[in-house]
Amino acid sequence: MYYNWLKLLKESLRNNSGWKKTWRNPEVKKKYDVIIIGGGGHGLATAFYLAKEFKIKNIAVLEKNWIGGGNVGRNTTIIRSNYLLTENEAFYEHSLKLWEGLEKQINYNAMVSQRGVLNVFHSDSQRDTFIRRGNSMILNGADAEILDKDQIKSIYPFLDFENARFPIKGGLLQKRGGTVRHDAVAWGYAHAADELGVDIIQNCEVINFKFKSGNCVGVDTNKGHIKANTIGCAVAGSSGLLMSKANMTLPIESHVLQAFVSESLKPVIPGVITFGAGHFYISQSDKGGLVFGGDIDGYNSYAQRGGMTTLEDVCEGGLALMPMIGKARLLRMWGGIMDMSMDGSPIIDKTHIGGLYLNAGWCYGGFKATPASGWCFAHLLAKGYSHKLSDKFRLDRFKNGFLIDEKGQGAQPNLH
Amino acid sequence: MIIEHPILGPRDIHEFIYVGDASLINRPNWNDDDAGSKFYEYLYLRKNIAGIHKELWFHQQGDRSWLVVSRNTKTHEIVKVDLVTKVSKELET
Amino acid sequence: MKNSNRTNLGLIDYTTEINFQFDGIAYKGFQGDTLASALMANGVKLIGRSFKYHRPRGILTSGSHEPNALVELVYDNTTEPNTKATTIELFEGLIARSQNCWPSLKYDFMSINDKFSNLLSAGFYYKTFMWPSSFWEKLYEPLIRKAAGLGKLSTVDDPKSSEKGFLHCDLLVIGSGPSGLISAYIAGLSGAKVILVEEDYIFGGNLNNEIISISKLSSHNWINFIITELKKLPNVRLMLRSCAIGMFDHGVFGIIEKFNKSLETKISQVFWKVTSKKAMLCTGALERIIPFSNNDRPGIMLSGSIRSYLNRWGVIPSNKVAIFTNNDDAYITAKNLISYGVNVVAVIDTRENPNITDPNIKVYKGSQVINSKGKLALKGINVLSNDGKVFYLECNTLGVSGGWNPNVQLSCHTGVKPEWQNDILAFIPGKNNISTHLKAVGAANGNFTLDSCMIASETAVLAILKELKIKVKNYKMPDIESETYNIQPFWYVEHGNQRKWIDFQNDVTVKDIELAYKENFRSVEHLKRYTTLGMGTDQGKTSNVTGLAILANLSNKTIPEVGTTIFRPPYVPVSLDAFVGSSKAKYFKPIRLTPTHEWAEKNHASFVETGLWLRAEWYTKENEKDWRQSVDREVNSVRNSVGFCDVSTLGKIDIQGKDSQEFINKIYCNGFSKLAIGKVRYGLMLREDGLVMDDGTTARMSDNHFIMTTTTVNAESVYRHLEFCHQCLWPEMDVQLISTTDAWSQIAIAGPNSRKVISKIIDPQFDVSNENFPFMACKEISICGGFRARLFRISFSGELAYEISIPSQYASSLVSYLMEVGKEENIAPYGTEALGVMRIEKGHAAGPELNGTVTALNLNMGKMVSLTKDSIGMILSKRIGLNLEDGPRLVGLKPIKPENQIISGSYIFNLKDKLNAENDLGYVTSSCYSPTLNSYIALGFLKDGNNRYGDKIKVSNPLLNKEVFAKVCNPIFVDPNGDRLRG
Repeated sequence: MYYNWLKLLKESLRNNSGWKKTWRNPEVKKKYDVIIIGGGGHGLATAFYLAKEFKIKNIAVLEKNWIGGGNVGRNTTIIRSNYLLTENEAFYEHSLKLWEGLEKQINYNAMVSQRGVLNVFHSDSQRDTFIRRGNSMILNGADAEILDKDQIKSIYPFLDFENARFPIKGGLLQKRGGTVRHDAVAWGYAHAADELGVDIIQNCEVINFKFKSGNCVGVDTNKGHIKANTIGCAVAGSSGLLMSKANMTLPIESHVLQAFVSESLKPVIPGVITFGAGHFYISQSDKGGLVFGGDIDGYNSYAQRGGMTTLEDVCEGGLALMPMIGKARLLRMWGGIMDMSMDGSPIIDKTHIGGLYLNAGWCYGGFKATPASGWCFAHLLAKGYSHKLSDKFRLDRFKNGFLIDEKGQGAQPNLH
Repeated sequence: MIIEHPILGPRDIHEFIYVGDASLINRPNWNDDDAGSKFYEYLYLRKNIAGIHKELWFHQQGDRSWLVVSRNTKTHEIVKVDLVTKVSKELET
Repeated sequence: MKNSNRTNLGLIDYTTEINFQFDGIAYKGFQGDTLASALMANGVKLIGRSFKYHRPRGILTSGSHEPNALVELVYDNTTEPNTKATTIELFEGLIARSQNCWPSLKYDFMSINDKFSNLLSAGFYYKTFMWPSSFWEKLYEPLIRKAAGLGKLSTVDDPKSSEKGFLHCDLLVIGSGPSGLISAYIAGLSGAKVILVEEDYIFGGNLNNEIISISKLSSHNWINFIITELKKLPNVRLMLRSCAIGMFDHGVFGIIEKFNKSLETKISQVFWKVTSKKAMLCTGALERIIPFSNNDRPGIMLSGSIRSYLNRWGVIPSNKVAIFTNNDDAYITAKNLISYGVNVVAVIDTRENPNITDPNIKVYKGSQVINSKGKLALKGINVLSNDGKVFYLECNTLGVSGGWNPNVQLSCHTGVKPEWQNDILAFIPGKNNISTHLKAVGAANGNFTLDSCMIASETAVLAILKELKIKVKNYKMPDIESETYNIQPFWYVEHGNQRKWIDFQNDVTVKDIELAYKENFRSVEHLKRYTTLGMGTDQGKTSNVTGLAILANLSNKTIPEVGTTIFRPPYVPVSLDAFVGSSKAKYFKPIRLTPTHEWAEKNHASFVETGLWLRAEWYTKENEKDWRQSVDREVNSVRNSVGFCDVSTLGKIDIQGKDSQEFINKIYCNGFSKLAIGKVRYGLMLREDGLVMDDGTTARMSDNHFIMTTTTVNAESVYRHLEFCHQCLWPEMDVQLISTTDAWSQIAIAGPNSRKVISKIIDPQFDVSNENFPFMACKEISICGGFRARLFRISFSGELAYEISIPSQYASSLVSYLMEVGKEENIAPYGTEALGVMRIEKGHAAGPELNGTVTALNLNMGKMVSLTKDSIGMILSKRIGLNLEDGPRLVGLKPIKPENQIISGSYIFNLKDKLNAENDLGYVTSSCYSPTLNSYIALGFLKDGNNRYGDKIKVSNPLLNKEVFAKVCNPIFVDPNGDRLRG
């Protein structure tokens, strides 16, 4: 294990002169066993598990910019496994279990902090759906508890219990949910994959796929042609653009999701809290900033920025939940490109083209899925078929009516 | 964002609700042999263009008209706004 | 030390003394001071401690880009953390406290961190804290969280509120320095609608910091002249203390306007949403530092800021001042200082041959400052001269100037990257500005001399007026001497191995950048995130470009090749309540009241939220202690006699036109083409994907007039869907739609005596006997001697029932009247709970069942989907995944022991099965106690449910630790044949 406190101490005495690169800058080879397109959290995690669990030797991750510069670098860092439908819940619970052992596996402190995710509810009907969700969580091996108003008040007294337009009636708590330092996830997986021999090629953009007899046999990039018989695509919001090079139209729309951080403050919010009468969620990072967000803006966008109306909506939800944050100052706001799918659930599947695989449709929930997505996608790439945990995330489920629709909103991406 | 409503002039985006690709205007014929396939593609597959995108907006807090807006999804620049009734009538002729 | 450092000149009102406190000590300042200038005048040098190493820090700048002097402001019983002393307008009674130090600013325990700086270098926390794994959450993280964080968030409510407003203009001018003033002046005179916003509390921008003459006036007098002229123009709005914090698409800007805290206002700030046709960025430029060993001591400031304190605030920083620079601008500071009699010890210029003519200034050419001395305040500096000798210079203030960065931030907010301009060694706003709304001029665009700034502004504003088609009226440009600006690249001092600070707030040093590079964090984004450079509350304004330059140096690239990060809103940190305004607490969302709300209140109704509506859930009678008593009573009164309920919240859509019937027939999946006039029919509405969207009824009032009802929750979305179908899919159809949910109230009157009661109010010419007005009939009628109304014979409760619809303003009177005329029959109002019980008893699907993932088949209504006509959703409803043989079906559930409650959200299992996801057969959607059956009952979806009536199953709720054994049955518990309906 390269990184540890002893090494830190040794280096501090040598003026930090002996640290080596966190990942190499190798020359791209002409051929690989597996190419993964997309150097974000999912792509890097896939490469790691391919090398570690499935013992594949010759792997490249092609990233068109710098690794971790997409959604993994700009999210609200929440991890949880509190989904309603079994197809999702089993998968996310597996992911949560992988988070729990991650730092040891990748030898990088991703600051996995399981300080609880609380979803508050404000009506009886909402309580009923939360109860159903809590049961689904337990049935799928995760942890869940219902708290009443007084129990919530005792752990989070700063929530608005007196003057709220929609008074809090109770909440669903997942103690094992929490936050993770997002940048560290990308860098940690990159480091660990690199140690296992994975070539991480930055500034390498895929220009075209190369086909032969109905199979994908390689890619053309700005760094030349690269051969491979197994190619996995994990590019999130850019999926439509990438797969159009294979003449594929996807059941995905790219949308902007904004996220926000406040100035750094002394600790004031211990866990992750979500509002039930509006779309708002918040946690406090270890550096002290309040990290929060809400709904997507609602229109297709590749611009990685959104409008003021969303900012207002999010802040309104925030103050309705916890009035004290009114005095916290917004430091920065940013936006990413979300791959919103037609039922709000992801796609991990082969395509109709041999050797070409797709991992996409994560909507705004991809971060918590990172380990399981990487693991399941690696399984698919290594074995050619999906593991039980992700075998319902099929591309053809929309055609055949096997939808995985948590919110029950149907075929409109911006409602998921 | 500001949408130039063809009748009412510039309106702020929060007056509107967004539905998506304007291709939703072209609903397939239920009588076709492969209607199932056609309806699936119509409802689920999206070009998801990075560039000028024709999309449907509903003026919920205004005159309740549906508009077809041509907007660049990379820059958010809006180049054209039409009443959908104008567009769908044109499609038929 | 009381204000002894004053020049007694500047923009200060020396006749108005102000008392304030800092860290418990009382000081005096004057009107016009900021907290920073007043502290400086009182000789206070130490203001704060840095984030990571808790290094002693003083004031670096004179503006909102201040990284060091962050204090906690106390006023009105509330506290504001992380406030920059350089931007706080001094007011009487101001109390400020230093933050991030303990026990005191002078003796901060956490400064021990500084000793371990090698250990705590950039990214150290990623490399450790992993063992033992439980320690991260139990020990390491709590410690880090406690040590991190700057200010403390107050939990006390702010007595003052924030407000929001909208503004529109032809031209938004951001910044009131020379470019802003001249642009607003020319545009304003020409009649354009202009808004001029200035972040500061006085107009003038950088002109306030200089001693210059403009058209023979002092800069101060020239500013006053322009402002006076602008104030005369009704088409010009001048806004002080107003910061443009963000530029959004299509010329929309966010502006935060604040008020002088000494003013008696109820409002602390206003968030303005401005829509502009054009905008000008006149935000000037901000100076940058030059890192060298220990360049962060209190007393080391930006040279231009020294000038600001001197000229504007009349404060002499100390009596021994040195200057370190790579450009011409710093010499003006030296000149100004000398003119006030301050000893300028030396100017250390990195350039070999600067073009300097002033004989009064001692200059060391080609030299560098390589270290500084002094613990809590600067005592002196070490200089490396161009002949390689090192010597020590005593000084108490060092002004540093590494060049100037145009304040480009806002120009990047819509995605345009700034461009490098080599002659000023800085970034200017990108010319490839897709948004043609914003034009940068003046120092913000790299015009660093006053004359070039004025000329460029004039050119720009004239072009803008031309585009706006506004005729230019005569104006006179001021007389200004021409100047030059020269800079040579010098980004940081390489000599010396003690830490050289770049980002003062986050304690990022040159070593950190070198380490990041070594570890392969080589892109600008990686550098920023790994080292946290530029992520503090000053948003990297003094540090970003220098950091980039160092990265460029390490990568052997030019600065433009390395690139830059995009700036994002807000320009300065903004409190969240600004974006909320008055939409707080009870005003978070509007409250919608039903037409009988007041009446219900008077009659002891308890209310429940349904979306934004408040609906009566039950009415409490005097002796009733428990809600169940009320609800059971209400159910019984309806089933045994008669009751009424306000169901106005359900959506109502009026549909008229020749093609209405055909239109409705395409909207519902069941047949409507044969619906006769005077008849109502239940309609099931699918989404285009074949799943159930909503249900309701549609009544045919006349040939081409229909009234559709929807559920409360879906009223708006169904209406939108109908308009979509009409305008987008079938525009050729002659159909008009309008929502009448609010205009018409709807009162349900249900029970065996309902006909008897309504006969008393319906005007005699209308026959409502069973023969002439059977189940599912409808008619336009009048009641109570001519009041226009509509009558529908539909039933949600399963009893003989009607719904009367009258214009909303009469609803209250109607229900009062019903109470009177129905006394004989013991008529009673019932609320949503009783309504819910009765519909569950009748197995009617409602909100909990119509959850968006359910098909007609799941609801046992598969046969209702007509396959012989085109309707929304029909085709895709045929997909195999939605038509599984043993798919979920709506069933009734009755507990074996009637007193056992079945809880909604529970899951259904076979008796012997283990509780896990694989064995899950379905779930409970609705449940209640049925007083009609004297048992708890429930509805739910069960796999293969329609083939399992009579089966015993278990209903499990591991979350609540409850389990009930129950029998599966027909969901229609009461009167399955519907006899009571048709009576």
